[in-house]
Amino acid sequence: MTAVAPSVVPALPAALALAPGGASHAELFASAQDCAGAAFALVLENQRAVPGDERPWLWVQDRASLRQTGRPYRPGLPRALRHRLIHVVTTTPEDALFALEEGLRCRDLAFVVGEMAGNPRALSLTAQRRLSLAAEKHGAVLWLVRVGAQRDLSSARQRWALRPAASLSPRWNPQAPGTPAWHAELFRARNHPPGEWILRDDGQALVAQPTQQSTHPVDLAGAAGDRPLAAG
Amino acid sequence: MLADARALCPTLAVAPADLAGDRATLEALALWAQRWGPWSALDLPDGLVVDVTGVAHLFGGEAGLIADAARSLARRGFAARLAIAPTAGAAWALAHYGPEGAILHPGDSLDELPVAALRLDPATVLVLRRLGLKRIGELSGVARDALARRFRNHKAPAANPLIRLDQLRGLVPEPLLPVLPVDVPLVQRRLMEPIRHRSLLDQVLGDLCGDLVRVLEGRALGARRLELALWKVDGEVLQRRLELAAASRDPAHIAALFGRKLDDLDAGFGIELARLRAPWTEPLPLSQRDFEAAAEAHGTSLAACIDRLSIRLGPDAVRRPVPRASHVPERAQKWVPPLESESASQGDLPFHARPLKLLDRAEPIAVLYASPDGLPRRFRWRGQVHEIARAEGPERIAPEWWRERSTVRLRDYYRIEDGEGRRYWIYRAGLADDGRGGVPEWFLQGLCA
Repeated sequence: MTAVAPSVVPALPAALALAPGGASHAELFASAQDCAGAAFALVLENQRAVPGDERPWLWVQDRASLRQTGRPYRPGLPRALRHRLIHVVTTTPEDALFALEEGLRCRDLAFVVGEMAGNPRALSLTAQRRLSLAAEKHGAVLWLVRVGAQRDLSSARQRWALRPAASLSPRWNPQAPGTPAWHAELFRARNHPPGEWILRDDGQALVAQPTQQSTHPVDLAGAAGDRPLAAG
Repeated sequence: MLADARALCPTLAVAPADLAGDRATLEALALWAQRWGPWSALDLPDGLVVDVTGVAHLFGGEAGLIADAARSLARRGFAARLAIAPTAGAAWALAHYGPEGAILHPGDSLDELPVAALRLDPATVLVLRRLGLKRIGELSGVARDALARRFRNHKAPAANPLIRLDQLRGLVPEPLLPVLPVDVPLVQRRLMEPIRHRSLLDQVLGDLCGDLVRVLEGRALGARRLELALWKVDGEVLQRRLELAAASRDPAHIAALFGRKLDDLDAGFGIELARLRAPWTEPLPLSQRDFEAAAEAHGTSLAACIDRLSIRLGPDAVRRPVPRASHVPERAQKWVPPLESESASQGDLPFHARPLKLLDRAEPIAVLYASPDGLPRRFRWRGQVHEIARAEGPERIAPEWWRERSTVRLRDYYRIEDGEGRRYWIYRAGLADDGRGGVPEWFLQGLCA
C-alpha cells in the first residue's frame, strides 16, 4: 500500500446516485465483527445531505445487533448527521420492522437506517416487500443493514455485500489507520449491472475505484450466482 | 368495659375493629368518589371531601349531584350524610349537624348549628359550653379580642374556635383545598347500560375524544397528558394514562393511542361511566386538522411518528444522544427523549478520532505483545485472532477523580486496523507499575467506520 493518492478522482458508480423519485431500499450485508454496513450508509447519506437540511433521521436496531456491533456513538458520527439522530432499540425483529415502517411513513425524517442481526423469521420476503412499497410510496430512503446474515430472498432494490478494506496511509503518520475504506460488492440490483468497487472516504468526498480482479467485466454477463435468473 | 357490657347483655355480638381495613376502604371510596369531581381527599376517620367546583352542571345542578351521590352510595351499602358548601369547613358542619342533603347558598346562615360543628376537639367544646357558648351564632356575640385572648395559647385549629370560624367562613385558607380552582378540561359519558364489549368501548372512547377535542379547541389548547378513567359496576376504577410528545388535538390519533392501552382491560360486569381528562395542556393555536387521509398521502408528522413508536416500544426505546461533559468515552454521551432540546455544551475537539459505534460494555481481549508497555502484535476477540497492521496512539484518558474511586486505572486508547482492514478502538486499563492492580488488561470498546 502506497501513500500516493490517486491523481484522477474516479467517479462514483452510477448505482450510488439517488434514484429520480428519491426513494430507495438498499440492503447491506456486513459481518458482525465490524460496522462496515452502517458506516457505508452514513457516509453516503453524509455526502448526499443538502446543506441546511435539519430533518432528523432514524436508526433502528434490534437487541441482537446492538449486542454484537454496539450502540451509535455521537462523537464518532459524521458531523452533519450527529445532532439529528433519533435512535430506536427494539426487543424483537417484529418491533424493528414496525419501527422501520413507521419511520418510512414519516415525512419529517431524512432517511432511515435499520440494523437487524441474522435471518429472523419475521424478516420474510413479504415483510421486505412491505418496506419496499412503503419507501416507494413516501419517497423515503431505507438502508437495511443485515449483520451476519445469509443472503436470503428479498425485494430490496439494491443488495450490497460490504467488508472493510485496508485504508491508505495518512500523509503525516504512515503507521496510523487512514480514512475509512470499504470493499463493496453490488450483487443484485434492479437497474444496474453488478460490480465491485473499493470505496474510500478521502476526507472531502467518497471516491470509488474498481477492484483489480473484477469478477464481472462490463462486456460479459455475470455468473448467475445466487441471484434468480428472472431478474425483476 | 366489655366484661361490664356482657354482664348486662350476655347476647352481645362482638367484632374486633379493623382500623387499617376501614382506612383502605375509605381510600378506595375516595378514588371512586372522583366520579363527582376531579379532586377528592380523605377526612379521617370517616369522611370524604370532593371538590365539585364547576362539575354540578353535569348532574343537573347541585341538588341533582347530591341525589345522585346519595343513590350511588346507598346502592353500595353505605349510610352517608351529604352536604355541599363553598368551604370544606361549612360542608363538614352541614354534613354532621345540618339537615339531610343540605346545600349552602350565599346568604344562608350557619349560626344555629352547635359549636361542635366547628370541628373542635372535645376539650375545647367543653370549655365553650362552660362559657355558655353553645351555638356558632353566640360566638359572634362575644367580643372577638376576648375570645382571642382566652385561646391565645391554642395554635392548633381544632383547639381554637376563632381559626375554625374563619375557615368555615372562608376568611382563612385551608390547605385541604386548592387555592385556585384548577379547571381541567374534562368530559364524561354516563352509560344507560353497562358495557362489556370492546367495540362499544371503542365507540364511547371515540365520542369522548371528540368531546374533549371540542373543549380543547374552545380554549385553544392541546393535550400533553391524558387520563382515562372507567368506573365499573362493581365499584372498581380502571385508569389509563397517556403522554404525548407534542401538544395534540387530533381525536383519531388520541383514540388510536388509547386503543393500544385498552387491550388488557377487564370490564368485569360492565363499565357504567367513562371520563377523559387532560391534566396537562399546552397552548395550541387553531390550525387545519391532520386528517388520516392526509397522513396516508403525505406521511405522518414527526411527533405522531414518535408517539406511535414510544407507545408500542416503550418510552425508553426511542431516544437521541446528546453530549455530556466528561472525558470518559462511554460517559461522554447521554440519552434523552427525542424531542427534548439539546443543552448547550462545549464543542468536541476535531482531532480526537472517535469510533462510530461503542459497545455497551467494553469486551476483554487476550493480547500477545512484544513488550508489556507497547502495543500488542495480535489479539483474540470473540474467538477470532486479529493481526494488528497499523495503529495510532496512545491517547491517554485519565479517570475522573471527582466522580470515581481512587483505584480506577487510567486508559491508553489505540486506534488500530487489522490485516483485513477492520478498524477498532482498544485500550489498556492501567500501567504495569501504577500500583492499582496487577498486569494491565486490554479491552475492545469501539468499532470504527
